[in-house]
Amino acid sequence: MNGITQSTALWYASRATGVVSLLLLTGVVLLGMLVNRQGRLPGFPRFVVTGLHRNLSLLAVVFVAVHVLTAIADSYVSIQLIAIVIPFVSSYKPVWLGLGAVSLDLVLALIVTSLLRARMSRRMWRGLHWFSYAAWGSAVVHSLYSSTDLHHGLLLYTAIACWLAVAVAGCWRMAHAGREIPREGRAAATLELMSPGGGPRRGRREAPAARPPGADIR
Amino acid sequence: MRKELRVDPTACSGHGLCAELLPELITLDEWGYPIIAPGPVPRALDKHVRRAVTDCPVLALKLLPAASR
Amino acid sequence: MTPGTTVPQSAGSRWDQPRGGHRQHSPAQPGQPGGLPRLFPASGAGPVDLRTHLSRFTALPYLGQPGQLIPVLKAAGLTGRGGAAFPVYRKLAAVAEAATRPVVIGNGAEGEPASDKDKSLLWISPHLVLDGLQLAAETVSSAAVGLYVHRNDRLQDQLRAAVAERAAAGLDRVPVEIIDAPPRFLAGEESALASRISGEPAMPRFKPPRVFERGVAGRPTLVHNVETLAHLALIARYGPDWFRGAGTADEPGSMLCTLHQADGRRDVVETQLGTPLRALVHLGPGTQAVLSGGYHGAWLPAADAGQLTLSNADLVPAGSFVGAGVLAALPADRCGIAETARVTRYLALESAGQCGPCFNGLPRIAAALDEVASPRPDPRAVTDMMRWAGLVEGRGACHHPDGTVRFVRSALQVFREEIRLHTQGRCADPARRPFLPLPAQTAMDAADWN
Repeated sequence: MNGITQSTALWYASRATGVVSLLLLTGVVLLGMLVNRQGRLPGFPRFVVTGLHRNLSLLAVVFVAVHVLTAIADSYVSIQLIAIVIPFVSSYKPVWLGLGAVSLDLVLALIVTSLLRARMSRRMWRGLHWFSYAAWGSAVVHSLYSSTDLHHGLLLYTAIACWLAVAVAGCWRMAHAGREIPREGRAAATLELMSPGGGPRRGRREAPAARPPGADIR
Repeated sequence: MRKELRVDPTACSGHGLCAELLPELITLDEWGYPIIAPGPVPRALDKHVRRAVTDCPVLALKLLPAASR
Repeated sequence: MTPGTTVPQSAGSRWDQPRGGHRQHSPAQPGQPGGLPRLFPASGAGPVDLRTHLSRFTALPYLGQPGQLIPVLKAAGLTGRGGAAFPVYRKLAAVAEAATRPVVIGNGAEGEPASDKDKSLLWISPHLVLDGLQLAAETVSSAAVGLYVHRNDRLQDQLRAAVAERAAAGLDRVPVEIIDAPPRFLAGEESALASRISGEPAMPRFKPPRVFERGVAGRPTLVHNVETLAHLALIARYGPDWFRGAGTADEPGSMLCTLHQADGRRDVVETQLGTPLRALVHLGPGTQAVLSGGYHGAWLPAADAGQLTLSNADLVPAGSFVGAGVLAALPADRCGIAETARVTRYLALESAGQCGPCFNGLPRIAAALDEVASPRPDPRAVTDMMRWAGLVEGRGACHHPDGTVRFVRSALQVFREEIRLHTQGRCADPARRPFLPLPAQTAMDAADWN
């Protein structure tokens, strides 16, 4: 294989694994929201949602690693090794590639903190995990402008589908978070559920309507 | 010294994975919260117990020395 | 009856019932040793100032070395007066052993609405409590001492003044911080106390670790009820044999009790452990039952109560316990189930809302009790209630569900006849007039737990 073909192969590999990485990251973010809302994938046990969320994130790192290393190895454009983790230092498209580095840094941080979760406070882990949205967002912008691949055709539709999915899911997640009852209000809310209007009842009352037990109050 | 499986009820939000992964020791009450069989964990279930503990999305399950209440 | 002084009520704590006075009471049994009153001045007068305190008790008897008080307390057999009755020397030993910047806190939160003893003690004999704090701090080598006090501005200001007076007199070796406790039922629970003092809401934590291992700011924390500290201060002066001069061999000493009589009178008295209940609470034909141990305690039929003494030896086999010394007589013309339903509703609303079984189970139990308190109740209410009771016991981070269930179960037992009347559409008190004291307000939002 002469140099040009090798370079082309590496460049294609980088672009392809880039697309897959974006898809995987999108899946991880969506699954993360599903875990938080205690949702299920129809037909699958609950542990699949959590398990898939974690495993796909690890798989995403693998694909990102290949994506990044093939880009470095490819001699068509010059990208320094260090640009993988230090944002905005590459000579080729520093901003757009830099956002890719930001995304990778955040993903690594998220995975490391999740592995070390038992050693930190619940609040700290949750606070750090919110950066997952920033990781996905910078990956999206990086993917849009690092090459023109996503500007037309099937890849454009794929990208749009990813953005829409996260946007819609994000709205759903925020709507639910807004409706969540804070812990100090839960007992009162349950009491309200059990005896609407509160206080001693006078006279007969119908049997309480069937509701999923404790469903609204988590 | 065998360990005991316990749940931190202040962390638990009723995801219910634990009952799927460890039905021998954990059932869910009518509100979706885990009821754990008391006593030391049987050796045969060690692997499954460890998985349930690591897979809990909020890390509410804990393996503690027996009689640590 | 000597009218005593009343603890001033701040606007924050409204009570349904008229407040009585505070008197000292020796059981009317000749030949009883004990030398009561111990914690309150014999004259029944108001707050004891520093000078009177020093003239009555002499100076604070520092022992000079950490840990010295532990064998003395072991010999005395002092147990906690906050409700759990845990041997005091063991808590001190555990914290002394930790030896890493321990914290000492006097617990005067008194979240139990039916209990007034801690507030009374802090108002009338603050210096005994403050002595106890210094001695405990010396025993465990602590340089961080706090007094966690029920939210009452006048009381807290009075305590701050007492602390300042002692500091000026060079009495206290460690400065004492007065810390405000939110008016929650659970605010005085050990781990809730530790959370609050660490700057978080006053909500219980999962154990382990216990507060004596990791409490306030992650440090080993010694928590003692304020009455316990007052007894400790006296034992340090007069010795274990003196302390054992009152009470029984297994449950020595005296304790403060809050008595609610059937006629509505409400008093704080100091009495010996082992005193017959009938000497404390009037058990005539006008009384149908007695609540012992507060709202996490248990009801006793009046006839049974007449045979029992104020001791865990008698009360625990009867399904109750001494607890923080709350004894409430229920008049015969009230509905015991309605009272229990009212209190259980309060207990449910006082849940911190952290643990699924608690915030799901207690409100359901309260609603079912409400049903049973009404004429011709749905027969499923009792079976549902028993199922939920079984589901919540032992499954919270604290004993709130357990205590509530104990209280409810005892009501279903003791007021069986009342329940039967209800199924026929009758009731001892259809108007459901309230009797037991409850605060007018429960928590509305997060700020109420701070």
